[in-house]
Amino acid sequence: MPKDSGIGASSKRREDVRFLTGKGRYTADINLRGQVYVAFARSTVAHGRINSIDTSAAAEMPGVLAVFTGEDFVEMGSNPAGWYITSRNGETMKEPKRPVLAHGKVRHVGDAYAAVVAETVAQAKDAVEAIEADIEELDAVLDMASAVADNSNRVHDEIDDNICFDWGWIEDNRAAVDAAFESAPHVTTLELINNRLSPNPMEPRASLADYNTGTEDYTLYTTSQNPHLHRLLISAFVMGIPEHKLTVIAPDVGGGFGSKIYHYGEEAVVLAAARKLGRPVKWVCDRSEAFVSDAHGRDHVTKIELATDKEGNFLAMRTETLANLGAYLSNFSTATPTFLHGTLMAGPYKTPLVYVNVKGVFTNTVPVDAYRGAGRPEATYQIERVIDKCARELGIDQIEIRRKNFISPDAFPYTTPVGLVYDTGNYGATLDKMIELGDTAGFESRRAESSAKGKLRGIGYSTWIEACGIAPSHLVGQLGARVGLYDAATVRVNATGNISVLTGAHSHGQGHETVFAQVVSDMLGIPEASIEIVHGDTSKIPFGMGSYGSRSLAVCGTAIVKATDKIIAKCKKIAAHQMEASESDIVFENGNFTVAGTDKSKSFGDIALSAYVPHNYPLDELEPGLEESAFYDPANFTYPAGAYACEVEVDPGTGKVDVVAFTAADDFGNVINPMIVEGQVHGGVVQGIGQALFEVVVHNDEGQNLTGSYMDYAMPRSNDVPLLVVDHSCQTPCTHNPLGVKGCGEAGAIGTPPAVVNAVIDALQAGGYDIAHIDMPLTPSKVWAAMAGAQQAAE
Amino acid sequence: MPEIEMTVNGKPMSGTVEGRTLLSDFLRDMLGLTGTHIGCDTAQCGACTVHLDGRQVKSCNVFAMDAAGAEVTTIEGMANADGSLGAIQAAFQTHHGLQCGFCTPGMVMAAAGLLKENPAPTEAEIRAHLEGNICRCTGYHNIVKAIQAAAAELGAKPIAAE
Repeated sequence: MPKDSGIGASSKRREDVRFLTGKGRYTADINLRGQVYVAFARSTVAHGRINSIDTSAAAEMPGVLAVFTGEDFVEMGSNPAGWYITSRNGETMKEPKRPVLAHGKVRHVGDAYAAVVAETVAQAKDAVEAIEADIEELDAVLDMASAVADNSNRVHDEIDDNICFDWGWIEDNRAAVDAAFESAPHVTTLELINNRLSPNPMEPRASLADYNTGTEDYTLYTTSQNPHLHRLLISAFVMGIPEHKLTVIAPDVGGGFGSKIYHYGEEAVVLAAARKLGRPVKWVCDRSEAFVSDAHGRDHVTKIELATDKEGNFLAMRTETLANLGAYLSNFSTATPTFLHGTLMAGPYKTPLVYVNVKGVFTNTVPVDAYRGAGRPEATYQIERVIDKCARELGIDQIEIRRKNFISPDAFPYTTPVGLVYDTGNYGATLDKMIELGDTAGFESRRAESSAKGKLRGIGYSTWIEACGIAPSHLVGQLGARVGLYDAATVRVNATGNISVLTGAHSHGQGHETVFAQVVSDMLGIPEASIEIVHGDTSKIPFGMGSYGSRSLAVCGTAIVKATDKIIAKCKKIAAHQMEASESDIVFENGNFTVAGTDKSKSFGDIALSAYVPHNYPLDELEPGLEESAFYDPANFTYPAGAYACEVEVDPGTGKVDVVAFTAADDFGNVINPMIVEGQVHGGVVQGIGQALFEVVVHNDEGQNLTGSYMDYAMPRSNDVPLLVVDHSCQTPCTHNPLGVKGCGEAGAIGTPPAVVNAVIDALQAGGYDIAHIDMPLTPSKVWAAMAGAQQAAE
Repeated sequence: MPEIEMTVNGKPMSGTVEGRTLLSDFLRDMLGLTGTHIGCDTAQCGACTVHLDGRQVKSCNVFAMDAAGAEVTTIEGMANADGSLGAIQAAFQTHHGLQCGFCTPGMVMAAAGLLKENPAPTEAEIRAHLEGNICRCTGYHNIVKAIQAAAAELGAKPIAAE
């Protein structure tokens, strides 16, 4: 019998009512009295030296109140990278300054070099057109291999080889890995590109700054996944506004997928303008502006090699990757291609020897940073593609080669050769579930049906693992992180017994307001409706690190559990006093405190009220009131894993690929709200299909973004995808958080792309085309060209 | 600048607009109906979908002046008279057809547009109709389920209007 509330129930989302009635409150919906508007002048060239910027005509335009250029911000700090990477030679990475507005040079199309504030949006945009900028165009650094090889052209004048870091993981293992390759009976090699993507949350970024000239307090409403992190970056690194004088509010946020983790220069400009003018200043990003200013994702060029014996047992793996960082370091951009990628290169397999080399490369493109999955999709794609190729070379079944190399379920905790300790897992169980739900046994008959329609059908698999809830702080600190990765929660029981939970997580689609209430409801035995989840406002919530990396439930949720535990512990003391019993005899069940073995009982509400009306209360040992906080720093990552099967039909006449069936069997540990978990997987899988078949940011030779609108950048639409089969019944609970949860937000985006590509390769090879690999996205023209090329080669 | 009048969600509304003012901006900025969202600038995403004289349109693609005198329905006009969720809205909640909520107003208006023309659409017809509405969160799976459920609900009890 499914539960109807609490942990394990598919509680309907309480946030839906406001979204469904048009009462959501997104940043762009907020208007303050007297507000004015900012518009940005952005570079139209990928690389250029700023000789002069004449703003005099713009300043005279109707409604214009102020004009800013990079010069106005030179005294400010640099928007920092959150993670220092140490190169193989022991040197620390290069961290060029990232200014609020470009100064000296522009380094990508869209790099903002000036801003105009005016009474209306139209006036601000009109005045931007009147700015006369003398920008001397320089050759753009675009191709990573050339950027590294040729030091005549530099994104940052002081960095001669355009390399930020040259990272080896784990460097001490390199010799042993190379030796294993020397003697390996079989080596499979694959060169591949992980395509550059634009995250594209449906809500464009927006910011609204308010400055109180009386108190000198700032308030910034902004589209953030982590308002406290924004406050910290703006206060401590960029603007120097004292942290206690800055409130950051991230109200309803329309999706993030990573792109709203980061602090962007526009936020500093609206704050500075609000202070200068004493009026609220608003900016709402246009979509075309977003394509050249939001951080992009992925963009790796990799060579991967897999050494095996003749039976397909993995002996060693090594990779060389060039990771595009774009023109500046965005906040997590150095962690993503390194510690969020290299540490995942064991996958769910017992490969004994792994070595990963990544060079981070500056180019004249928009900064690249974490996008849904962040490093883990890049790892999974390489691993699952090279295994697919290896199995074909050795004539081994795709499922069997994976199964025989899985870490055995009795081997946990399992230490990988790339620095992680997996706490639990059962990869064979999710694989079996995938085989069952995906009816892989019936595939050949479905292939025959497709064939009868003139279509080539293929099936592809991906058995993936990821690491969620990045932690613990002392370890990531040793590895170069400049922040802690704990989280915080406060549980405030009001006098009348209802509850406000203040969480450092931020919900921008995940449904925290519902899920966190389910957890607290279960623990305290009170209705979900009596619990309010408060998030997204640094003036209300003591602290938090926000939501990314599928960390909200595992990390922030655990902080809530720990704060709630403290509430229960305090209530037991009060109950013991009131019922004249020993604290150790108090049992808390179903919302009642009972003296064990008696019929003496007090409800949670009675105890809560007495904490605020402490007439019969142990005041000599307990403070009145009922509010507890907890900070929680996890002992380890969590390790969700799963097995995906994708079936495609390829039209041999056009090269068009249709995903006709998709099965995802995941292990997320315990599940709080199955409906929400399934929704997260649906969304992740379809973003993964997007990467595999449709999406790529394309630059021309001058560094112009040719895919800068929704007419050019192809995202999956409703009729591009089928209904999906998703399952989360295989559960190996996480061993180191009290809920036993692992995280589900990124799974689909991680596991899906290789399953889709493997399916297409399967279809083409079964159709007689000798095609080993096609780089994503597998558009009709690419697939058709590959087929034509294979045909020609055969003739 | 001209003053225009129109009926929005059954109520007479008016405001002063420029020739270039879009219906979407008029609804959001002049009337404060911020449920209509702007997700792109090329009429692709559909977050701004409203009904204009009973016809589903992208309000970013209509000048406010061209809507003068028209009947406009926005997401704010989709609830039942008592304020409870209408059938389509309720189905979206029950079937988890929304996550971040940003595309949702457009999706609900598109669904209403579809069900008015085709009360019992197939899955393929639903997917074809939603081609102009992009959702980045749900993978469309639960949106399709929600519209199927709403169609069943509305088909089961005949109603006069959307």
